[in-house]
Order: sequence, then structure tokens, then C-alpha cells
Amino acid sequence: MAKLIMTADDSASVRQMVSFTLKQSGYDVVEAVDGQDALSKLGSQKVDMLITDLNMPNLDGIGLIKGVRAGTLNKFIPIVMLTTESQEGRKQEGKTAGATGWIVKPFKPEQLIAVVKKVLG
Amino acid sequence: MSSPQEQHIAAYREEANELLAELETSLLELEEQPEDNDLINRVFRAMHTIKGSGAMFGFDDIARFTHEVETVFDQARNGKMKVTRTLLDLTLQSRDQISAMLGASAGGPPADEARGQQIIAGLQALLPQVTPKPIITETIIADDKGATEQICHHTFRIRFKPEPDVLLRGTNPAALLNELRDLGHCDIIAQSENIPLLHNLTPEHCYLYWDVILTTIKGLEAVKDVFIFVEDDCELKIELINDSCSLIQGTDDTYKKLGDILVERGDISPVEMQKILSMQKRFGEILVEQGIVPAAKVESALKEQQQVRQVRQERTVTSPAAETSLSVRVPAERLDHLVNLVGELVTVQAHLTQTADEKRDGDLISIAEEVERLISELRDTTLTMRMLPIGSTFSKFKRLVRDLSAELGKEIDLETSGADTELDKTVIEKLNDPLVHLIRNSIDHGIEMPEVRKAAGKPTKGIVHLGAEHSGDSVLVTIRDNGAGLDKERIRAKAIEQGLISAATELTDKEIYNMIFAAGFSTAQKVTSVSGRGVGMDVVKKAIEALRGTIDITSEAGKGSVITLKIPLTLAIIETLLVRVDTHFFVLPLSMVEECVELSRADVAAAHGRHLANVRGALTPYLSLREQFEINDNQPEIEQIVIASVAGSRVGFVVDDVVGEHQTVIKTLGKLYRDVQGISGATILGDGTVALILDPATLVRSAELAGD
Repeated sequence: MAKLIMTADDSASVRQMVSFTLKQSGYDVVEAVDGQDALSKLGSQKVDMLITDLNMPNLDGIGLIKGVRAGTLNKFIPIVMLTTESQEGRKQEGKTAGATGWIVKPFKPEQLIAVVKKVLG
Repeated sequence: MSSPQEQHIAAYREEANELLAELETSLLELEEQPEDNDLINRVFRAMHTIKGSGAMFGFDDIARFTHEVETVFDQARNGKMKVTRTLLDLTLQSRDQISAMLGASAGGPPADEARGQQIIAGLQALLPQVTPKPIITETIIADDKGATEQICHHTFRIRFKPEPDVLLRGTNPAALLNELRDLGHCDIIAQSENIPLLHNLTPEHCYLYWDVILTTIKGLEAVKDVFIFVEDDCELKIELINDSCSLIQGTDDTYKKLGDILVERGDISPVEMQKILSMQKRFGEILVEQGIVPAAKVESALKEQQQVRQVRQERTVTSPAAETSLSVRVPAERLDHLVNLVGELVTVQAHLTQTADEKRDGDLISIAEEVERLISELRDTTLTMRMLPIGSTFSKFKRLVRDLSAELGKEIDLETSGADTELDKTVIEKLNDPLVHLIRNSIDHGIEMPEVRKAAGKPTKGIVHLGAEHSGDSVLVTIRDNGAGLDKERIRAKAIEQGLISAATELTDKEIYNMIFAAGFSTAQKVTSVSGRGVGMDVVKKAIEALRGTIDITSEAGKGSVITLKIPLTLAIIETLLVRVDTHFFVLPLSMVEECVELSRADVAAAHGRHLANVRGALTPYLSLREQFEINDNQPEIEQIVIASVAGSRVGFVVDDVVGEHQTVIKTLGKLYRDVQGISGATILGDGTVALILDPATLVRSAELAGD
């Protein structure tokens, strides 16, 4: 069965790009428009991995990561955050919150797939 | 709007326009309430998204420009800079500039680059301390840069000790180890010493850590990349311990001693090492015994030693060989097929020679001779191609001897000689089990306990010697021990007890020793886990005979015993003696044949019907192939006895005529004839006649059974 990956991003174009790239590589994708949306969906649905942006309205990436790690259903999933090179501090914050890895924006589709494969094992 | 990429770009443009609109509103609102952090965040987020997505969809210019604006605005967001009128003006101008750049990409008029520079310069002037950051563009490090360089094998010593809560970060340590495995040859040893007692154990924590010895052609960067996400949350030590290209490395294949490795790793101190070294035993064993280091750590260090040695050995082996000789690896089946073809060719050649002789055509005969010469050369070359040194088997026995002697509490060394003696591949494979058995026997029955040896004035350490040497078309494999030797009296007593011989039977030493090959025979006083159940020696004998070999024992009480196996070099083609009985042809392995003598009707009469012939004063038993195979017609006046050496004694086989030597290509009998006694195969003669290959050993045995 194909692995299910959630992409949480407030930018529709990024969501679309991530989702398209993942689907092409044979993954199933569920989208969330912000941290709040992602957390509520993850409360009832088991996914294999989460890719999240850090800057999102309502609930940001850090909050989302903390929320997922504090939950039960998706407590141990790999979480990859999308950061930019100017967010070194935020990256550290994210890791402390429990992120597994990160992808520096901008990234190319093949970089995304390489990281997904790495953390999914 | 066809390709997905174009769809993405269109989506981005749409989104960017929305974001720019939001940016404008937010900026205007911010003008009213310059202290509102939420508004500042909204502005920042909008720009951040425009930048991040822009770079992904190929809008590098927009990304670069927005990055500059974002950098300045980030200062405001972090409270390092006040939101001023000037900042807002410049940001609004930036917004217009981005909008123009976006329009340009959709086919609109090109954006004014000079204006862009101006805005950026203005923004940078606002920064408290001007540090014009270099524009960071994502560069992917070309990973094929080493492709043209020489391939180097790097050996890394890696200790990966993740923090206990690694699983709560979604990291799977097993996946990381698998990534390492993908890089090259990898030995992974899990260290479990940190696992707490059950009541202290948190199931969500990872208590293991790993020692990894990795030999790879990739560099340090590739290894570090594996741990890129965890390097800050784990104890990670990656050390380059060997580099096959570096000149600094030792060219010898010895590598460091176990103790030095452990000291280097910080697992023990040099003082501890010296203390242990003075105790003179296997270093690793003592360390574990003394509880200084857990077994897994020693194992890990041993792996390192092993892998580096291997890499260095390969290096020393391959580099000179590459210049002098080239070898080709060929699948064994292909060689077997070649041998079969040569076998066919030998048969055809025999036919050709025979036809040429019959035709008495000088030209044809000379061609046939030429072909014969070439084919015999071809045969020899082909057969040697399947030859392997027997040493590969020998090395396995070192371990066997070590383990068994430890189990039995004996001190035994295995010595080998002639490891480079070559034998046919299939023969070597089939020789393995019998050798295991014989060596077990030597260890269990042959070598005495250390106390017994000491009392007998022998060194406490026993020696089992395994040797191989060429002898004509055979190889002699000897298993010699300096143990107690075979006890003739006990064997004799046991043989009488088991009804194998009668109490009055006079036996030579050799015959007594041969008793141990009888099925079910065992003189061991107690059955040990190693041997003594009496299944074994007869199986060994059968296995050796199946290889057309012979087995021989000599022994001297108190000094030890020697078992000699005589094994033919190959199983595919053998030299035989071709004989005839009426119209039927048989062949006997030439290696067993000793001589041929005549047998007249008068001789038979003189023996009073017993099958005994007087050969130069010695009575030699014989069996008649006529009787054996119930061939009754055309019995000649004078028959021939082919005297062969079977299990150490001379036995005659009576035939009508001895045709001569014959190169026999062995064909196995079909499944249907698997249980036929006395015949081990068949061969095709030059004229197409089938000759059966006799198995003297089983013929003699069945005759003996019939005689009882």
C-alpha cells in the first residue's frame, strides 16, 4: 500500500507542487492549509509522514509539530519542516519541538523525494 | 496549460498576486498601527511565501529580490528595527516591483532592474549595521566529481549513539543503518549495555547504540550526509581508519592489534591493556571474562580489524596480479559443460582411431594420431581448469579443531601442509564430510587428555596434521595425529564381540585396523557428543570409494595414527584397463590394477574349486566376472586374472581377455540402475559399444558376504 504523506502549507502553489511531486513518486497525499487544519486532520487519520511549512496562519509549524508529538495516533511519524536559510533559529526551534528533518526552500522535486525516502527508511 | 509544470507556474502567479494584494493591505494597515506584531508577521509571511515558492517555480529573480526585502523586514519582525515611514515606503515600492517582475514573466513589459537595485540599496541603508549578505543561491554539490579520480576504499569507524528520545523525533535508527549498508561493506554491532532493567525502561526510548565499520568508495561527506538530520541530537563519531589510496596506510595486511583498537576508541585505558597483555591469553576473551568490556564491543573492534585487513589484503593481492596475470571468472556449469564436451570428443576420437586402424589407410592414421595428441592435451587442460587448491577446505577445519578441542577440554593444534595441492572442484566438495569425520575421530579418540599425555611424557598439546600431496594421477590426503594410536587388542576384542570375526582368526595389523571401517563398529568406551556411535567410519569409507578413492590406516601404539586417503584427481575421465568377457566389455580403474597373470584350467583344478590362485607363491583370492555376471558362453582355455589392490589386499578378477589401457569418459547409469552393486558407471568405446565400469570394492564386499 502506498504511504500516506500529509503536506501542511498555507501556500496553495507549494502544496500543489509537493503533492504533485509525491504522487508522481507513488505516494498518497493529504493536504492541510494551515497548522490548525493539519492537527485536526492528524487527530483522526494515521499518516506515514508529515511535511510542514513553518510560517502558517492560525497555528504555525512549530505548534503543529509539538501538537503531533503530544498526540497519540501520529506520535512517532517522521516530520520534515520546510525552512529557509534565513530561519536558522526557527529550524532549531523546530528540531527541539520534535521535527525529524528539514528541507531548505527553495528546493527541487528530486531533493524533496530524496528526503522523503531517507526519513521513511 | 498542458504540462504539470506550467500548471504549477500559473498557480504560483495567481497565488503571488493574491499575496501581493494582501501585502499591500497589510502594509497600509501597518502604517496606522506600526507596533502591531500580527501585522508585521503577516507582511513577513506573505513575502516569505512569494520568495520560497518563487524559487521553486523558476522565478529566481523574484526570489532574489524578495529575499533582500525580507531580510530587512525580518529585523523589524525581531524588534531590532522600528517600522518607520521610510521602511513602509520602500516595502510598498518593493511590492510594486515584484508585481512588475511577475507581470514581465507573464509576457508584460520588463521590470526596471535599476529601480530594483535602488530599492534594495535604500532598504539596506536602513539596516543598523550594514552587512551586505551575499546572496545565497542553492547550489547542489556535484556528487560525481570523484568519478574520474581513482577509486579509493575508505574504511570508517562510526559510533552512532542517538539520544534516548530519538524515536520521538520520528527518526528510525534502523533506516539510517540501512542507508550506511547501501554505501558499501558494512559491519554493524549493536551495543546493548545501556538498556536498563525492566522497571526503569521507557518503551518509547532507544537505549541501543551502534558501532559500525564501513568500507566504502564514497567519501566522508556521503557518510555524514546519512546522519544529517540527527547529528545534533546524537553522539556521533566518524573516523577514517583506512584509505586504500593513501600512501600513509601500512602496506602490510596486518593492521592494529585488538587492544590498540580498543584503546584508540577509548573503550579501555592503556594501563588496562598492559595488565591484560601480561596475562598471555587471547586478549579479547580475557577482556570479556574480566568484565572490563562487554563482548559486543570486542566484537566490534574485531570486525574493524577484520575489514581493514581484508581491504589491505585485496590491495596487496590485486595490485601486482593486475600486471602479471589476468584471470576470468567462469560459472562452474559452463566448465562442467566443457568437460562433458571434451568427454564426448574423447569418445569420438577413440572411434576415429579404431576406424583408421581398420581401414589401414596411412593418411587417415596419421590424422587420427594428430587428433589423438591434440585431444589428450585438450582433455588435460580442461580438467585442470576445474582444479581448485584443497586449502580452502583446510581452513574450515581450523575452526572445527579449535571448537571441538575446547569442548572436550583437550589442547590440540591443527597443522596443514600442501594446501595448494589442486583437486577437481567436485572432488573437493565431496571430500569435505569424510574429512570432518576423520578429524573428529582424531580429536576424540586419537589425542589424549592433557594429563594423560603429560603422564606418557608427551607434550600436553596434541597435534593433528592435515596434509595433501600429488602422487601420480591421485592426491594423497593424510590425517596424522600424535595421539595414542589405535588399540589393536581392543579392536580385535570388539570385533569378536560383535561377531565380525571369529576368535581364532589370525589377522595382520592392517586387517585389524580395517575392522574400524565395518558398519556399527566403535571402540569408544563412552559415546561423546563428538563421536563414538559407530556410524561414521563405514560411511567415510563409502564416501571415499564413491570418489574412486581408497582409505588406508597405519598406527603405532602411543605414537599416533595416520589415515591416508588416495583420491583420483578428477571424476570425469579416468585411466582404466579395458577387459573382455565373451562379447562383453568391462573397465577397471587403472589406479587399482597391480598386475595381470594367466589362469589356466589346470590352475583352477589344482585349487580344488576354491577361488585361489598361486601368484609367485602367494595365494591370491579371485572372483570370476563370468560367474558374477552369469556369462556362460565361449569360456576360453586360458583366462586372465587382473590383480587389483582392494582395501589393502590383493584380489584377482578373472576375465577372458585383457584388451588394454583405455581412457574412460565416465557416464553415470540412469536413476533406474542406481542400486546396482558392483558397477559404478558406464563408458562408450570407440566403436560405440558400451563397457561397464567395475567397482572392485563393492564386488569384493558382496563376494565376501556371499561366501559367509
